[in-house]
Amino acid sequence: MKQTSHQFSENVTRALAEPTLKIALDRTTTLLRTRRAKVIDAFPEYAKARETAQKIKDHTLDNLGHYLRQFEENAIASGAQVYWAATPAEARKTVTDICKAEGAKTATRVKSMLGEEIGIGEALADAGVERIETDLAEHIIQLAGDPPSHIVMPAMHKTQEQVAELFAAKHKEPSEEQDVTSLVGSARRELRAKFMNADISISGANFLIADTGSFVTVTNEGNAELTTTPPKTHIVTVGIEKIVPSLKHAAVFLRLLSRAAIGTEITQYTTFFNGPKRDGDRDGPENLHIVLVDNHRSDMLSDFLRPMLRCIRCGACMNHCPVYAAVGGHAYGAVYPGPMGSVLTPAMTGLKGSKDLPNACTLNGRCREVCPVNIPLTDMLRALRAKQFDEGMPTPMTKWALRLWGVMATRPALYRFGTGVSNMALRLLARGRGKITSVPLAGGWTRTRDLPEPEAGTFMQQYKKRR
Amino acid sequence: MDAGHDTNPRVGFFVTCIVDAMRPNIGFASLKLLEEAGCTVEVPAAQTCCGQPAFNSGDDATTKRLAKQVIEAFEPYDYIVVPSGSCASMIRSHYGELFDDDPAWRDRQRVVSAKTWEILSFLTDVMKYAPKASYAGTATYHDSCSGLRDLGVHDQPRALLGQVDGLSLVPLEGNNECCGFGGTFCVKYPELSTAIVTDKTTKIKATKADTLLGGDMGCLMNMAGKLSREGEDMRVFHTIEVLAGMADGPGICAPKLK
Repeated sequence: MKQTSHQFSENVTRALAEPTLKIALDRTTTLLRTRRAKVIDAFPEYAKARETAQKIKDHTLDNLGHYLRQFEENAIASGAQVYWAATPAEARKTVTDICKAEGAKTATRVKSMLGEEIGIGEALADAGVERIETDLAEHIIQLAGDPPSHIVMPAMHKTQEQVAELFAAKHKEPSEEQDVTSLVGSARRELRAKFMNADISISGANFLIADTGSFVTVTNEGNAELTTTPPKTHIVTVGIEKIVPSLKHAAVFLRLLSRAAIGTEITQYTTFFNGPKRDGDRDGPENLHIVLVDNHRSDMLSDFLRPMLRCIRCGACMNHCPVYAAVGGHAYGAVYPGPMGSVLTPAMTGLKGSKDLPNACTLNGRCREVCPVNIPLTDMLRALRAKQFDEGMPTPMTKWALRLWGVMATRPALYRFGTGVSNMALRLLARGRGKITSVPLAGGWTRTRDLPEPEAGTFMQQYKKRR
Repeated sequence: MDAGHDTNPRVGFFVTCIVDAMRPNIGFASLKLLEEAGCTVEVPAAQTCCGQPAFNSGDDATTKRLAKQVIEAFEPYDYIVVPSGSCASMIRSHYGELFDDDPAWRDRQRVVSAKTWEILSFLTDVMKYAPKASYAGTATYHDSCSGLRDLGVHDQPRALLGQVDGLSLVPLEGNNECCGFGGTFCVKYPELSTAIVTDKTTKIKATKADTLLGGDMGCLMNMAGKLSREGEDMRVFHTIEVLAGMADGPGICAPKLK
């Protein structure tokens, strides 16, 4: 997708002007928040599971090289081919080369954010391969020509009514009815044959298991299994941070992921893949290719962004973020939206092109509170602001204002004088009405909100008089 | 902290820059309650701001200078009490991030951070204070984020308000959701801030309460400012004003009483 995070403010204005977006976001974020709260309340071991999950991830990140090598060895022993890609371009080339070598014409794809991150759509187009999205929401946005707006529910920006219209216009046999079941039926009729006839399947993985060389996918639609079973070749593209030492460790995350993501105890389908089709297997791909992608993850490993590599891509942070709920995922202008995206986008694509992302956050901390692996998102967003400050990114106006304020605030007597003056000035503007409706240079506030009239005299002035 | 302090501790009151500039009544209400609760309260003259605006703008050097000023001014006291969850949390939870490479200041900072309290939780958890106020009205309560999540301030204001004669408290849907203030956020991203506070005032109005209470002047100013612009005549007060029986004047953004 084309990154537009450098024009975040314009994106926000556009998003806020879009009348149906708010309806779509309110419906889904409210549902997801309520369901998550309910299922977490009913999970007495939650705090313990969260702590264990954090420990497992931290341990694995401390020994990342060891576990990745172990995974590679065991995956090769299972019959898979393993590739390493340092950059999205390398990952795309690996995928394109495999497609070309296979002479593939069509590929069915199981939604994965890593695929979006490396630009898998572009890679397939380069190889002349028709891409068929099999996840229902991905199918919706493929028909609409939209990028995903959420990492778990990529079509969150669309209302059910919009989906019904889209299917009616684009499906060969659309349903008469517009209820969810009929819409799903319409998508099924459209996609089922394509599942069976694709040359290649492409998926991501939710976990890589080091000691067996297997990998895990979770879905609620069963499309991972149906996509990856019929074609002769299965390509997996996956970020290197998805590794866990063994199956029992993956189980800890499986208990957390679906609860955090959509408020259910477990996903409908959880599949453990190990190697390609073996002699005597009735089905499965003959060739299995696993592409392990870095894309700045190694850099994050060695700086303050390291805890971000614990992320299991549940989306709880964005579901609970007031900014995300106001403008949706597209406004962030990057593959990963919401709080986790505001950390990942600068890390993966540079701070310069995503200046607003760490700043467009109230630091309310709800994201961290609901994060199943306790990622200190607000601390990292603030640290990114400090990095911007050190690299001279704030505008001269901001820097000048901060410096002036700093000079005043570190000189209490001067500060008292200044607050006394501003107290008088604000009272003049209020003209005794109790509120101020317009303040020069503070239009951002007063365009939509009144400012209270301050009391006569600051606290420090009044206190001095009283005592 | 030894037991003797809790009966007559020496408290350094940190008024916060917003209360100082906008609503001193919150400060005087705080002094009244702290004294009633048995504290000896002083207001150090060398106080300005806790440094949050610089900290959240990434200006760590200025933040550090302000943090040192706060530490120096307040280290003589048994407790530092602040009428704001956000400023209390800045001192208690975030100052520790500033002095990693400065052991001498780090030690002083740790002592000051550990004895810093948000006022509502200080009154209940440390002073075991029971208010003697009355207030005629139906109020709803917004939990400001830093107090709630960094300091665990949730039950304390409800317990205190539950003892106020004549006051009934009704729940606010999304009471733990941000109001969109966010300090510098509200001026840097006014459109986003407005969108968020609009959701908040919709939920506040749905409670049918006549009074909105909270524990942070920044958030209260944001919500009161929006409610006022929407033409609502809801009374907005800091909880401490109600507890001190000092909510008899105009609420935040309300016209002065004639």
